[in-house]
Amino acid sequence: MFMSVVSSAIKMGGVVLKKASGIKAGILSAFIWGSGQFLNRHYTKGIFFLIAQIVFVMCLPSIYEGIRGFVTLGEKATIIEGSKVIHGDNSIILMLLGIVWLFIGIVFLCIYIANIRDAAIYYRQRKEGKDVLEDKEWFNRFKERSFPYIMLIPSVVLILLFVAVPIIFGFLIAFTNYSAPDHLPPKNLVSWVGFKNFLDMFRLPMWNDTFWGVLTWTVIWAIISTLTSYFGGLGVACLVNSRRVKFKKFWRTIYILPWAIPGMISLLVFRNMFNGQFGPINTYLRKIGAITQNIPWLSDPLLAKIVIIVVNFWLGFPYFMAMSTGVMTNISPELLEAARIDGATPRQEFRYITLPLVLYATAPLLIMSFAGNFNNFNVIYFLTDGNPINPNYKFAGSTDILITWIYKLTRDNRQFHMASVMSILVFIVIATISTWNFLRTKAFKEEDMLQ
Amino acid sequence: MIRETAYTTVSNPNTQPKRTLVYSFSETVKTALTYCLLVLIALFVLIPIVWIVGSSFNPASSLLSATAFPEDPTIKHYLKLFTETKFPYWYLNTLKIALVNMVISVILTSTSAYVFSRFNFKGKKVGLLSILILQMFPSFMGMMAVYNILWQLGLLDTHFGLILTYAAGQIPYNTWLVKGYLSGIPRSLDEAAKIEGASNLYIFRTIILPLIKPIITFVALSQFMAPWMDFIFPRMILSSPEKMTLAIGLYDMISGNTNNNFTTFAAGAVLVAVPITILYVSLQKYLIQGITAGANKV
Repeated sequence: MFMSVVSSAIKMGGVVLKKASGIKAGILSAFIWGSGQFLNRHYTKGIFFLIAQIVFVMCLPSIYEGIRGFVTLGEKATIIEGSKVIHGDNSIILMLLGIVWLFIGIVFLCIYIANIRDAAIYYRQRKEGKDVLEDKEWFNRFKERSFPYIMLIPSVVLILLFVAVPIIFGFLIAFTNYSAPDHLPPKNLVSWVGFKNFLDMFRLPMWNDTFWGVLTWTVIWAIISTLTSYFGGLGVACLVNSRRVKFKKFWRTIYILPWAIPGMISLLVFRNMFNGQFGPINTYLRKIGAITQNIPWLSDPLLAKIVIIVVNFWLGFPYFMAMSTGVMTNISPELLEAARIDGATPRQEFRYITLPLVLYATAPLLIMSFAGNFNNFNVIYFLTDGNPINPNYKFAGSTDILITWIYKLTRDNRQFHMASVMSILVFIVIATISTWNFLRTKAFKEEDMLQ
Repeated sequence: MIRETAYTTVSNPNTQPKRTLVYSFSETVKTALTYCLLVLIALFVLIPIVWIVGSSFNPASSLLSATAFPEDPTIKHYLKLFTETKFPYWYLNTLKIALVNMVISVILTSTSAYVFSRFNFKGKKVGLLSILILQMFPSFMGMMAVYNILWQLGLLDTHFGLILTYAAGQIPYNTWLVKGYLSGIPRSLDEAAKIEGASNLYIFRTIILPLIKPIITFVALSQFMAPWMDFIFPRMILSSPEKMTLAIGLYDMISGNTNNNFTTFAAGAVLVAVPITILYVSLQKYLIQGITAGANKV
């Protein structure tokens, strides 16, 4: 009822305006959304925009409050008077809501601009006497064109809520003082601090030493773990693929097991096997008289690192073995036969045909695996938990890599601001590798040597 | 020693040419060495597995006394899992989360990939680029925010909250993956159907879905697997003991007092690992395909 009154009023107003002067429909739409569309006789569209405006006006106070909260991060701290707690603002919730409302505001801004543009374009066309899409036609086309958007709505909402907003939030935390013990909502307020955390990371010796120490081990770990698994896997694949070996499938099935067994379980098993006090390895070595004292497998910094790499090899080589085998069995038989006719020995055949093809096909996996190991939370966390404790490090142990350090900072020590700084640095590393890999593979996608 | 190895190529139109070996002494040595190496690697792979399986049948409960081949095997730890711990709950919870997550993820990913690969619309490029960037961030950079968002939505300590987190998190990577696979399939099939007047949803269901089955199997499998061993998100989102997943339950079983619950943990580990391992080994073809596609396309 209300709607029809409004629309007819606008329609009449539009007619009056059109007759009176050449005021552009765009200007009309700039004030009352959809009114320009009514002037163009696009009623359905006009109603859409009008509804959008009504929703926008209803949201306006929330958008304002959201942005205000985002800028100030709360003004009223929680006060405790005797036994009474007066709850103040929760900076973290304000920040989150701020990001959400900012998003919603941007959506409305886009609708608003589309509304003005649309009105102006069709108004000009109509004035110039061109054939303009009729209301009904437009609606049919709209239905057709909106299919991709409708299909994407659930995904987009979920990504925004659980991926995009959290990442933006995580990114912004690096510019606040959100941390224990003095800036922990809901008890205290959090405020913006600019680049202070980044400067602290490199200026304060404790943070700085930990950062470089952990980073060095992370890089060493990522390189060694990737290379050992890669070449180990490749070697085993070649071995099994050798013409001497019978029952290839049997061997492959055994070797694939570490990949198939859930990683966390294997890691917890290894953690117990290498247990310095009660573990079966030390028990066995003592029993056969190889050692008299327990070997501190996981409590000596260097030994723990070696154990981590060996265990990771156990976990990682089957993956590369499976991948290389996949490539090897896909090499075209004609290619190998051609080489044989040309008099190639099996060794040459392997060296000049099989190996290059396998290396070529698995190189992207190598790069992605490096990125994966750089962030390999499970191996470190379940095997050593980052221990042994390193007295020179802040909140990190000797075997901690960046990602487990970030986890400890967040979960155990509530140093969210520094964890966020570190996440940004990790992102820069991973993004560089991934982008390089992406461009490389796109550029060299053509490969018809493989079947 | 003169090498007397000779090869003859047997041509067969149906199979690839095979070599027959004429054995000599040096060949025999090499073969023996090869098999030695194979057996050594097999031992390296199998020892931890045999040890944990054996441990689960040990009569004592401590790590110190756990041996690979117990003298008087018992299944009492398996019984203990079902009577004294919340293991059955954890198992069913994890199974439920894994299945629902798999279904939601497949629906979301396949529809988005279909739209991105077969339609032209405003914002397509921006959308593809943003998800490409989003998937490069370490997944728990947004951990604190996810926690607070779930809290605001009243979804903390619910399985639904955990499922939403998983299903949303996989969209960026898997959409690129499936989209890449779809670009390799000629459009002529679905365009022909379109000319015949078939609706988009009909085309998606009857033409596209069957075509992308291999890559969708990979997405389904990897999404089914994820909840079994993911530790970070359930630890953050779930807090009631009866809502826990297996990863948390098993971890807690041995993280405190390593020496005392060990054999019960071993029994639980075996019960989890056996079905997952069988699933993995039998579907490894799809896994390899999917991973290779992922490394090449994304």
